[in-house]
Amino acid sequence: MYSNVKSFLNLFTTASLALLLVSGAARAQLQIEIVDGVEGALPIAVVPFDFGNAEMQPETPIHEVIAADLQRSGLFDPLAVTDMIDRPSRPPEVKLGTWRLLKVDYVAMGRWIPGSDGLSGEIEYHLVAVHSGRTLFSRAIAAGPGAFRLRAHQIADAIYEELTGAPGAFASRIAYVQVTGAGTDAEQFELIVADSDGHNPQTIVRHSEPIMSPAWGPEGRRLAYVSFATGRSNVVIQDIYTGQRDVIADGRGINGAPAFSPNGDLLAMSLSRSGNSEIWVRTLATGRMEQLTEHYAIDTEPAWSRDGRNIFFTSDRAGRPQIYSVRRDGTNIERVTFEGEYNSRVSVDPYSGLLAMVHGGQANFRIAVLDRESERLRVLSPGRMDESPSFAPNGRMVLYATREGEKGVLAAVSVDGNFRQRLVLSDGDVREPAWSPLIQ
Amino acid sequence: MNFASKIFLVLVLALVLGACATDTRDVPPAPEPEPQPTQPSDPVEVDRVNPTDFADSRNLDNPDSTLSQREIYFEFDRSDVRPEYLPIVRAHAAYLRANPSARMLLEGHADERGSREYNLGLGERRGNSVLDLMRAEGASAGQIEVVSYGEERPVCRQSSESCWERNRRVEIVYTAR
Repeated sequence: MYSNVKSFLNLFTTASLALLLVSGAARAQLQIEIVDGVEGALPIAVVPFDFGNAEMQPETPIHEVIAADLQRSGLFDPLAVTDMIDRPSRPPEVKLGTWRLLKVDYVAMGRWIPGSDGLSGEIEYHLVAVHSGRTLFSRAIAAGPGAFRLRAHQIADAIYEELTGAPGAFASRIAYVQVTGAGTDAEQFELIVADSDGHNPQTIVRHSEPIMSPAWGPEGRRLAYVSFATGRSNVVIQDIYTGQRDVIADGRGINGAPAFSPNGDLLAMSLSRSGNSEIWVRTLATGRMEQLTEHYAIDTEPAWSRDGRNIFFTSDRAGRPQIYSVRRDGTNIERVTFEGEYNSRVSVDPYSGLLAMVHGGQANFRIAVLDRESERLRVLSPGRMDESPSFAPNGRMVLYATREGEKGVLAAVSVDGNFRQRLVLSDGDVREPAWSPLIQ
Repeated sequence: MNFASKIFLVLVLALVLGACATDTRDVPPAPEPEPQPTQPSDPVEVDRVNPTDFADSRNLDNPDSTLSQREIYFEFDRSDVRPEYLPIVRAHAAYLRANPSARMLLEGHADERGSREYNLGLGERRGNSVLDLMRAEGASAGQIEVVSYGEERPVCRQSSESCWERNRRVEIVYTAR
């Protein structure tokens, strides 16, 4: 029994248990509202999964998590459970005629198969196309307490990928900075990590001095951010599971804008120890520091190209902030953006390499996406003060910060600009979202 | 305090009082002070503070003195110090020159527009602009430190120009007088 429990713990440590150990639960959860819908969302039924009388029941029913994920993507229109006439859990039980009458194109279903210890087991899941009657997939995934939500997100990702051809991004997290008591003596900055659907917000670090610029390691375990805990800006890397915190840069002047290289071995930053903001790269294993830029302009907000060979960054060397690129060795600095008087804070699409950025002038700052091949710049957001774009790991959505009155809220928009959602917190000011890689 | 430094202090005081006396002669002749009802003793000393004596630490809290002004404001995405703020910079530079043990923090800030890390850079550049002017006025760089808070510490939180212009600032903070 003991060894069973132990292997069970090993199995799920990377899910959510360890995250609970190191950090208190944040008070308020993000509520996600869809602002602009999409015409022609795919009608799908996600049937309640059959857990029978198993002792182990998920905290939230699996089908609810899956249906909410699919709906939030803007590409699916899930059928209400109350409209379902029967509840198959395996493909042979699907009565195609019934679902055709309900105008449902796909039926997702599944069941729980308990393991020998009664705690852990497997979720078996299936997807059936109603018109052809074909079973598109039948799979199983190990699960247990504390991991049901993650498994549900992974099943939603499988459905999304099967039906859209692109990987899903539901099994991921978002980090963001929440400010409460702004402008008062009780002002608090919190770095929070929540699931991609806003569930389970956990405070990673809290301080009365500013916290800025969270950035994920490619393994989804490390967060780099800027802390003013000492009264000056420092770059810190924190392990979200163990809570271990390492100060990476605390030199004279600014220590900011951390960005992990795609392989996670290097950290690009903007440091002004030389007297002026420049792009630097630190080799994390050895502490070796390399200065990539040397210019009297502000050089900041580095972001790595997908192959790790180039770094995009913001510079006002031509008078106004624009995006530039520099090779990893500091050579070949090129200007990337030419449209608009202000372009900054680039985020690289990990899937297709598009660049999202803050694009504006004096009156409006919006999120735009640049396709470097077609040289097409598309403005995606309608706000006046939009900032901090961050791509979903599948490149389909861009998460960003916007303002409603004096309150900061998060929003997400599809890269084609057709679909938008708001992520609203009941109280407090939310900013600087960073979307994590997929959780394996 | 040893004997030599006592003498030094007396000399400094004499010079300061002498300077005060000289200054008052430039001012239009004031009517003879009327006999005042008995006053507490402190204000007599306050009366002797010359607001243009930028070596005098009491002027840091004297609303009549330029030394009490600690904010320098900037245009959007600019870091050059506008001419109307030069007297403030000169006054504080003179104070640092006269008080070598004084230490100053220049806190650079930006308004909310644009991206946060760029604004952190902009806040630092504003602080450095003020630092460079202070040095040109003879202050020692070792007395001054620049720290940028970017847009993270606004004094005004509405999204309007009247608010933004108050947020685009360098605040002069004395960490040692």
